[in-house]
Amino acid sequence: MHRRKNEILLTAPTLLWLAVFFVIPSFAMLLISFRPSNVYGGIEPGWSLQAWRALGDPDYPIILWRTVWLSLATTAVCLAIALPIAFLLGRMQGKWRGFLLMLVIVPFWTNFVIRVAAWRILLHPEGMLRQGLIHLGLIGQDTLLLYNEGAVLMVMVYTHLPFAILPLYAAAERFDYSLLEAARDLGASGFRAVMRIFVPGVSRGLLTAMALVLIPALGSYVIPDLVGGTSDEMIGNKIAQRTLGDRNLPQAATLSIALLVITLIPILVVFLINRKEQAESR
Amino acid sequence: MKPSRVPSFILVLVLVFLYLPILLLVVNSFNAARYSSTWGGFTLKWYAALLERENRDLWEAARRTLAIAVSSSGVSMILGTLSACALHWYRSRLQQINHGILYLPIVIPDLLMGISLLLFFVALGVTLGTGTILIAHITFCASFVTVVVLGRLQGFDENVIAAARDLGASKWVIIRRIILPLLAPGIVAGGLLAFTLSVDDYVITFFVTGPGSTTLPLKIYSMVKHSKDLPVINAISTIFLVLTFLIVWLSQRLSEHQPNRDSP
Repeated sequence: MHRRKNEILLTAPTLLWLAVFFVIPSFAMLLISFRPSNVYGGIEPGWSLQAWRALGDPDYPIILWRTVWLSLATTAVCLAIALPIAFLLGRMQGKWRGFLLMLVIVPFWTNFVIRVAAWRILLHPEGMLRQGLIHLGLIGQDTLLLYNEGAVLMVMVYTHLPFAILPLYAAAERFDYSLLEAARDLGASGFRAVMRIFVPGVSRGLLTAMALVLIPALGSYVIPDLVGGTSDEMIGNKIAQRTLGDRNLPQAATLSIALLVITLIPILVVFLINRKEQAESR
Repeated sequence: MKPSRVPSFILVLVLVFLYLPILLLVVNSFNAARYSSTWGGFTLKWYAALLERENRDLWEAARRTLAIAVSSSGVSMILGTLSACALHWYRSRLQQINHGILYLPIVIPDLLMGISLLLFFVALGVTLGTGTILIAHITFCASFVTVVVLGRLQGFDENVIAAARDLGASKWVIIRRIILPLLAPGIVAGGLLAFTLSVDDYVITFFVTGPGSTTLPLKIYSMVKHSKDLPVINAISTIFLVLTFLIVWLSQRLSEHQPNRDSP
């Protein structure tokens, strides 16, 4: 009985805090999505499907689709870059490994807004990179490096890369590299050996990396806002506009629920695969 | 067998990609030319500009950011330590729920946390401002502190507590003299992580802020968005960068200590 009392004393403060400021707000969001909005930016009493119907607007499906594909593309590029780096770091020994890993992580200690701002400044029409490329004749006078989908994708890869490298490195560290030599001895080419043995060997790391990049990427708002143009907006931009632009809160709520449902897909996939593997290992 | 050079080549390219924008930012903070396309000579004038009257609101924002970070990391250190102990020492249905709710704020995109808190505050008629920012920061920091302290608890030698109890120590003596000192590096590392997360946060703060409660990331964001005073942004970013590195370096040093090594 005494033990039970201690458990509740330890659990209650944080659980209550999160119940009030995390769980209840999530349900409040669901509730507000069924409320009508008024012209003053407030929420009217009563019920309405207006905000949900508006999701069918030609605008929103296009933006939802763009959000999904930009996030998937970011994930694919991050995994493609992280895989050879994890392969290399996992094979290294001692001091070099730690040093290089640190070198990869250090840029991400920088403030997120500053990292995105640095790209905006670097790609700025008056900036060194564009002027240099024009000078070399590689791009035309009217080519912009900013405000396009390519810039959004590049900066998204930049900010999400460590989430791909770290779990893959953790998996590669436990990988038995002598298996690759065995495959080579049996006549497999180097590339084939890596693809058929290393990649399946770090599959758990790949899964974690996929989820850790894809989930925050889907909720991107800062990057498309700072380096993208008006035709590169993601769902996060629309949520911010409905919230602080024209202040249609029920619409912001429905868009957020749509985003939540999409992000639940990778979360569920990882959860189910983990459970299946646990069941198999028993 | 000769290892392929391709991965090393990719690593070098990635390192250039990672460091180029940040290095240029630091270099340009000392560049006298207004636009970074040319080098106009070394200058400290952008740093001096930070001290001018017109940039007083930057300092105001910095002061608020710091106050929010200190208080939210303080509160989340307490909340996170309590919940880490609960998760570590008990295996009940309640802890399964606790576990799920604690991990969700880490997993879901921060945008969703920001918007749901905003809608909640609006529905209740709460005035938005420094108070609501503080609540939001504590909410996401508590989960991160929990994870860090939980990691420290996993190396905890339970026999120490049993021994103390056998020797007649009371519950409070055990908590104050044994548990807290052993957990201290984990709690401090968690607090420093919370501090950096709070200082770093833009998205959640953006949603729950009110008029007059600008934090430094919000201020920098609006300056960048309107391409205003770009060299000044370079200067303030460089200062920010140096400070962040100091804090992270400190927290790394603290979490490097193994629980068994420094136990009495």
